[in-house]
Amino acid sequence: MGNVFEIHDLSSWFGENHVLKKIRMDIARNSVTSVMGPSGCGKSTFIRCLNRMHDMTPGFRISGRILLDGVDIHSERIDPVTLRRRVGMVFQQPNPFPRMSVSENVAVGVKLNGKKLSRGEIAETVERSLTMAALWPEVKDHLDQPGISLSGGQQQRLCIARALAVQPEVLLMDEPCSALDPGSTAKIEELIEDLSGKYTIVVVTHNMQQAARISDQVAFFLVGELIEMDKSGKIFTNPSDKRTEEYITGRFG
Amino acid sequence: MKALFCLGAILVILPLFLILFDLLIKGGKELKLTLLIDLPHPVGEPGGGIANGIAGTFVVTLLTMLWSVPTAVLCGIYLAEYGKGKFASAVRFAADTMTGVPSIIMGIFGYILLVLPMKRFSAWAGAAALSMIFIPVVVRTTEEMLRTVPTTVREAALALGIARWKATLRITVRTVWPGILTGILLAMARILGETAPLLFTALGNQFWQTRLDQPMAAVPLQVFTYAISPYEDWHDKAWAGALVLITMVLLINIAARVLTREKR
Repeated sequence: MGNVFEIHDLSSWFGENHVLKKIRMDIARNSVTSVMGPSGCGKSTFIRCLNRMHDMTPGFRISGRILLDGVDIHSERIDPVTLRRRVGMVFQQPNPFPRMSVSENVAVGVKLNGKKLSRGEIAETVERSLTMAALWPEVKDHLDQPGISLSGGQQQRLCIARALAVQPEVLLMDEPCSALDPGSTAKIEELIEDLSGKYTIVVVTHNMQQAARISDQVAFFLVGELIEMDKSGKIFTNPSDKRTEEYITGRFG
Repeated sequence: MKALFCLGAILVILPLFLILFDLLIKGGKELKLTLLIDLPHPVGEPGGGIANGIAGTFVVTLLTMLWSVPTAVLCGIYLAEYGKGKFASAVRFAADTMTGVPSIIMGIFGYILLVLPMKRFSAWAGAAALSMIFIPVVVRTTEEMLRTVPTTVREAALALGIARWKATLRITVRTVWPGILTGILLAMARILGETAPLLFTALGNQFWQTRLDQPMAAVPLQVFTYAISPYEDWHDKAWAGALVLITMVLLINIAARVLTREKR
């Protein structure tokens, strides 16, 4: 199976603020990894390191190494733009592009990534991606409607379809359900399970039940440190660290 | 108190209606087809129009926009998307200052910069002077519009592995394009009626002129010339010219409104 990501002693700072402290983590291929922890523990900062979304943030710096298929993502061999095609991302708030239709939203990544595609190939990509995101039956008759006219949960699945359309290897999801109602959340969780066979998925969540439901392994973060990481069954029944236990039994966070 | 606020609102819109009303009455009687298609006639000879002025206004305005629109939009994108340092602040300050500079100064500037070296008044010089009014306005409206695009949109674009310049042009700019276009149209309406910058640069012309390096007629210049003349029938033409001008400005403003509405 092998690891997609191998992270060695990753530390990061926003200016003087030390956010991540010596994170070591391996992320197995085609698995679902949840990153869990109380607010402000650095979980979002962490996954945004994996596709170098922090590159533009002034004052942000990191130390340590993040290997993607054995290659350091900060090495000169890796262009952040191509890196992000391999490591897609879905955000906390559904953010379809305004003034673009449903199908334009899905196709835009492929179109702007410089590939010349025929109309038929684009339509195919749109259908395939929307099907994978379990949205196709709901929108197939509304492909020309604005993406932002969909409901919140549909918008988030549209964003997932948009990310899948560029055919990434990894999908990062930063609290993808925190802005959604329970019904939509259930759909996204189901979707994550369906996708986990083909993609490596890293989900940030502060919802323990969700982490337990969807993930193969769970990483527990606390004030910038990785406290422990283990199989999801183990971490929720028999955590090795006392702080993890306190968190999952609801003593803080 | 509400009545007082209302009074303020009425005082603001009252002049517009007074001007329109006055223009319709005084300019209306000269507003004939000949006004729009004939050249000016000499004093005392009946008839005649401002066709060359209308054409000249279009030519000078288009000339101005031809290079001012790309320049201003590029600069606005720079300020909104990349402009963080001292240079950007300086550009922003310069644009704001230029917006406040009296337009006659732009005219004198065009005169010194182009008319004197070329040794003639010209449409080029007129367009150069108008550009200095047009550009700072469009720079700032473009920047303001782009700033309304949420960061999440930019992040989503980058996260798809789209190069930054492409994401900016094809996604960020596209998101607010109607707003940017509205800014361009409003600035266009503004330069359409500018007189002072043209006095020293395009000068005006009683005849057809197709060469851009020659003095060019423009409606505001004709209104000015006619209005300060001592002749009664020229005064009437000045009123009619003003009516034509304000109609053009009004049409552009309506177009701008329609565009903004479509966005919602």
